[in-house]
Amino acid sequence: MTVRAPSSAEQGKAAWLFLAPALFLIGGFFFLPVAASLLLSFTDFDIYAIADPDNLRLLGIGNYSELLATPLFWTALKNTLYFVLVGGPLTVAVSLGAALLVNARLVRLKSFFRTLYFAPFVTTLVAVAIVWRYLYHPEYGLLNYALGMVGIDPVDWLGDPRWAMPAIILLAVWKNFGYHMLIFIAGLQAIPEELYEAAYLDGAGPWRRFVHVTLPMLGPTLVFVALVTMIGFFQLFAEPYVMTQGGPLRSTTSLVLLMYEEGFRWWRLGYAAAVAFVLFLVILGAMLLGRRVRRGEVA
Amino acid sequence: MMYAFRAAVVCLLTISTFACGAQDKQNADITLRLWAFGREGEEVQQLIPEFERRHPGIRVRVQQIPFSAAHEKLLTAYVGDATPDLAQIGNTWIPEFAALGALEPLDAWVNRSEVVDSADYFGGIWSTNTVGDTLFGVPWYVDTRVIFYRKDILARAGYPRMPTSWSEWRRAMEAVKRELGPNRYAIFLPTNEWAQPYVFGMQAGSTLLDSAGRHGVFSDLAFRRAFEFYVGLFQSGLAPALGNVEIANVYQEFARGRFAMWISGPWSLVEFRKRIPAELQDDWGTAPLPAPGGDSAGVSLAGGSSLALFRASRNKEAAWQLVEFLSSRTQQEEFYRLTGDLPARTDAWQATGLAQDRQARAFWLQLHRVRPIPKVPEVELIATRVFESAEQVIRGGRPTGAALEALDRDVDRILEKRRWMLDQRAAP
Repeated sequence: MTVRAPSSAEQGKAAWLFLAPALFLIGGFFFLPVAASLLLSFTDFDIYAIADPDNLRLLGIGNYSELLATPLFWTALKNTLYFVLVGGPLTVAVSLGAALLVNARLVRLKSFFRTLYFAPFVTTLVAVAIVWRYLYHPEYGLLNYALGMVGIDPVDWLGDPRWAMPAIILLAVWKNFGYHMLIFIAGLQAIPEELYEAAYLDGAGPWRRFVHVTLPMLGPTLVFVALVTMIGFFQLFAEPYVMTQGGPLRSTTSLVLLMYEEGFRWWRLGYAAAVAFVLFLVILGAMLLGRRVRRGEVA
Repeated sequence: MMYAFRAAVVCLLTISTFACGAQDKQNADITLRLWAFGREGEEVQQLIPEFERRHPGIRVRVQQIPFSAAHEKLLTAYVGDATPDLAQIGNTWIPEFAALGALEPLDAWVNRSEVVDSADYFGGIWSTNTVGDTLFGVPWYVDTRVIFYRKDILARAGYPRMPTSWSEWRRAMEAVKRELGPNRYAIFLPTNEWAQPYVFGMQAGSTLLDSAGRHGVFSDLAFRRAFEFYVGLFQSGLAPALGNVEIANVYQEFARGRFAMWISGPWSLVEFRKRIPAELQDDWGTAPLPAPGGDSAGVSLAGGSSLALFRASRNKEAAWQLVEFLSSRTQQEEFYRLTGDLPARTDAWQATGLAQDRQARAFWLQLHRVRPIPKVPEVELIATRVFESAEQVIRGGRPTGAALEALDRDVDRILEKRRWMLDQRAAP
């Protein structure tokens, strides 16, 4: 019996048929809303426009130029970059460190520590924020108490514009490192033991084994974790929203928080959509830059 | 685009109304939907059985909404044509919902009513419910800001009575600060609250916006004077530069004497009685806000919540009966007993003894001297810009003049759309 090979046209049809449900969902729930909000960002859609469509004006790039002329936008961009550039590497470093510790052969109770470090990640942020607000309290907080023991004057963590962002970064690192730690552990366990043995026989100490075996073998994992952390950290929102509401002196207002306030507090939805697209471009730019750095085109 | 957005919201909302509304339909002719917020939404349900007893054929379904979600919920309901028959509305939101055309004008209803009469209400509060010449809400309970202070500390500093003029008040604060020493303060004014700078501005005679609500007038002399008085309290160390999230428990700090004065609203009456230790209960008092000149009490905020009917309601007659019921003197008294909210009707103050109450009396006096904030939908956004400007001066060391000019520019940008619409309407 011979089976006729389906023509390429038939194959194409079948492929589209199989893809249709997924395409429909992605189109309906992703591309369409994205396109709609892109259009929105060229208008001044707000509560007046909700009341009467005649109150809608096409602004072209008006929202974008207003955004770039607003000091608050630059403050938010600066804060977001601060958070990403300090908090991101810190998270990667801490989670790699924790993974190495938990994965070390000498450590007992591995699963206990793994659970312990992972716990913050699965805890509700709002509950965490309440506890951390007490930790950070300028007068009765544990953190200042500990600093006082070593003779450092109390710091008004959430009330001082200089310290509020570091405080948020500390919280975010603590909250997030457990998840990346797990990914790193998986990466570490995939490194063949022979490589370490060979390096050991060649006389490499722990540090050189780490630099020349662990790091290169972890490469793809490291890139993945760095990317995911970056993208996640650019979207900083919940931490300042529950801890500081963007204050003091706007020192913890991130781009997403700004977008939320404009969109869902003041209902300037067109303007908020413009913030969203600028954020998208910023993340895209950061990713492209990251890729070029990885390829060694920029050193 | 807009329609797609609307349609999506409509879809979601209709699903939920069908799901939860179905079982109520059969045993009554009319089912009213009342939305109320937070604690009010909980306690008002105790008043409903009496209303239903008096009005057979009308059933009331109260939906309680958390205060923090209320504004958003009302707006999305409007977008989705799913507004309730009537709702509690914060009276600073009225201009916004009136601009949307969501609310039913109430003048005709009040004119016909034998229960609701503007003469029974505090004038300043009543006027927050009008936009232009049209009435959109009936005050339900009222709210304003007064001073809560430690009588013992002020007396030790040589002030047995709360001063009534700004200059004397300032001197009293300096004396209190000397009495309390470092790390303690004469007054706590959270830097991230909008009420205080607004109130000081209105006391100094500023209208905040020009009469048509087209431009800010924040760099004018009147507001500038108030702004300088306000930021001066921080600059000379009389008030700590702290926001309200940075003080974990204000009542505790007040009891500990961390600060001797605080500007707050009626809810604090309840909290002070509950949370201040028994031995200090005789040592705290309330007073109307001092005025720049001191001849009479300074003005304060006209706050509170109103009851409003929605234009889209098909049961306006029944809904108005519920408004009248909740506005009657006896129900106002009952509601005060349930919630501690100050009654909107002045005659309810007499019967409950509130007007004579030692600590509530300051509110009684203050409520006769309240003034609405500008009635434009953007007023809350502008309010946050105002306190942020003050923060920039207090914490960032920005010069006052520059801060106020930047504020006026900012406010002008915010009001640009409003000006355009006013011009459109004037032109046609």
